[in-house]
Formats: sequence, C-alpha cells, structure tokens
Amino acid sequence: MAAGTAVKPMTAEAAEEVAAQEFAGVVASHRPQIFRFLLASLRDVDLAETLTQECFLKAHRNWKNFRGDSTAMTWLMRIAINLQKDHWRNRRMQFWRHTRANAVDLDEASDWLQSGERTAEQQMLAREQVAQVWKAVDSLSERQRTVFLLRYVEERELKDIAQAAGLSEGTVKAHLSRALARVRAELRGSR
Amino acid sequence: MSLKEKLGEETRDPLLAEALGHFKASVDAWSAGAMSRPRKSVAAARRGATAWRTAGGWALGLVLAAGSVAGVLYERHHRQESARMAAIKGVAEKAAQERAMAKEPAALGAAIKDEDLLATVDNDISRAVPAAMEPLAQMMYEKPAENNGTE
Repeated sequence: MAAGTAVKPMTAEAAEEVAAQEFAGVVASHRPQIFRFLLASLRDVDLAETLTQECFLKAHRNWKNFRGDSTAMTWLMRIAINLQKDHWRNRRMQFWRHTRANAVDLDEASDWLQSGERTAEQQMLAREQVAQVWKAVDSLSERQRTVFLLRYVEERELKDIAQAAGLSEGTVKAHLSRALARVRAELRGSR
Repeated sequence: MSLKEKLGEETRDPLLAEALGHFKASVDAWSAGAMSRPRKSVAAARRGATAWRTAGGWALGLVLAAGSVAGVLYERHHRQESARMAAIKGVAEKAAQERAMAKEPAALGAAIKDEDLLATVDNDISRAVPAAMEPLAQMMYEKPAENNGTE
C-alpha cells in the first residue's frame, strides 16, 4: 500500500485559530490606513482612535461573513465610512454639545510636515499650501470630503472608492472634480 | 511613477499637484505622530469625563422628571382642592337659601298673628270703653234730674 499523505480535515478550533491569525494580519497591515483616513476626516485624534477600534471590532465580528468580493482594505474602509456617518448623525442629535469639541483647528493640522531636506522658506510655503487644502477640505460636503481623502490621501483607485463609499464611479468622479475645483480656487484665491 | 507625477498628470496643474502632495505628506506625518504617542492616560481621562457627563445627564434628567411629576401632582391637588371648596360653598349657599325660604312664611304668619291680635284688642277696647263709661254717663244723666228735684 502506498503511504499517501492523507489530508486531515481541519477541526473547528483549528479553523478559528487560522481565521484569528488571518485577521491579526489584516489589522496589523491596515490599521494605519484606517486610522489615517478617520483622522483626516474627523481631525480628532481620540475620536479617530476610538472609531478605528470600533471598525476592527465590527470587522472581527463579521470576519466569517467576508466573502472577498472586494479587497479587505475596501471592506474595512466601507465599515469606517459607515461608522463616521453614524458619528456625524449622532453628533447632530446632540445639539447641546459643541460640534468638534476635541477637533484640531486647521492651523494646528497644517503644522504637521515631514521634515525633508528643505529650506525654511520652502517649509513655510508648504505649510501655507497645506493650510489652504485643509480649508478647502473643511468646506466640502461629507461625501465629497470622503471621496477626496480616499483619492488623494489614501490613493485608492476610483473603483475601490466607489465600492467603499457605495457610489457609482461616475458619481465618484463628479465629487472629485468638485472637490478639486474647490481646492484649486482656494489655492488661486490666496495668491 | 511618483505621486507628484501621478497627481500632476491627473490634475494637469503643477501647483495643485504640489499642494496635494504636501497635504498627503502632512496627514501621513500627523497620523504617524498620533499613532506613536502615549495615549493610555488620555483615554482614561476621557472615559472619566464621559462617565461624569453621563452621570450629570442622568441626574439632570431625573430632576426634570421629578419636577414635572411634582408639578402635575400639585396642579391636580390644587384643582381638586378648588373643586372641593367650590362644592362646599355651593352647599352652604343652598342651605342658606333654603333657610331663608323657610323663614319667610313663618315671619309672614307671625305678622298676620300680630295684626289679628291688635285688631282683637282694638275691638275689645272699642266695645269695653263704652261699657266702662256707662256708669259715668248714667251718673251724668241722673244728676240733672236730682238737681232739678232739689233745687
């Protein structure tokens, strides 16, 4: 008799362990992007951390249902966008609270620059440009802001953005065009 | 293709591409800085603040609820008291009216009795007086006769 390598059926415990390891890998590789997107959307570090945790908690609960129709990143982004929407909806109801109580103002957000090999003048110009982009982003609608950040901060493809935001590619393009026009106007206006 | 080139191609505007590149770099730096910061104490403080806010909200809610219940009860009690007082007043007024109505015939009867009595007395007197004066009248009639005889 040939001693073949019989494949043992995986036990439920082993399958769970594999899934947990897979999920841990997903968290490790995608957490920075999700956090960055939420931070740029909300401009509130604590809130971005909380929503990032909620996002992965939700993803963990539904990990078994993830069929891989889209990439894990797109799926996670979709969860993050929905959490962000829920947050704004709830916040609107809490009218007695000051909106964006913990949010960082635009000037403070613009202070963050990578310390490249640049002169002081270049750094000042870059800071000014960043402040103008923040100002334009602040004036965008929630959907336009989401699409803009996914494209120009997260560098997602239009197809992925459409899937994550639950929009058609045409709508994504229209939102991006309007958002860019706003940014362009802000940059031109300040010259 | 670098990000800057990619953005330049997409936006067809070098200034815009440059600004977007700086923006992305700024967000990246901010995110990396925020992720590496110590955050345990901040999270704890926030939880505490949230707990206080929640407790405050509940306390305020309870005070408002108790106040509104007390207000409703007071208003109800006040209305009941007013209704009771009005009922008592009505009963008292009715009783007074009844008493007044009951007194009227008695007073009328008494007045009639008094008039009858006076009329009787007057009648008696008017009858008695001539009888009482009769001896004097007789004397007056008799005296002239006697005087006529003696004189």
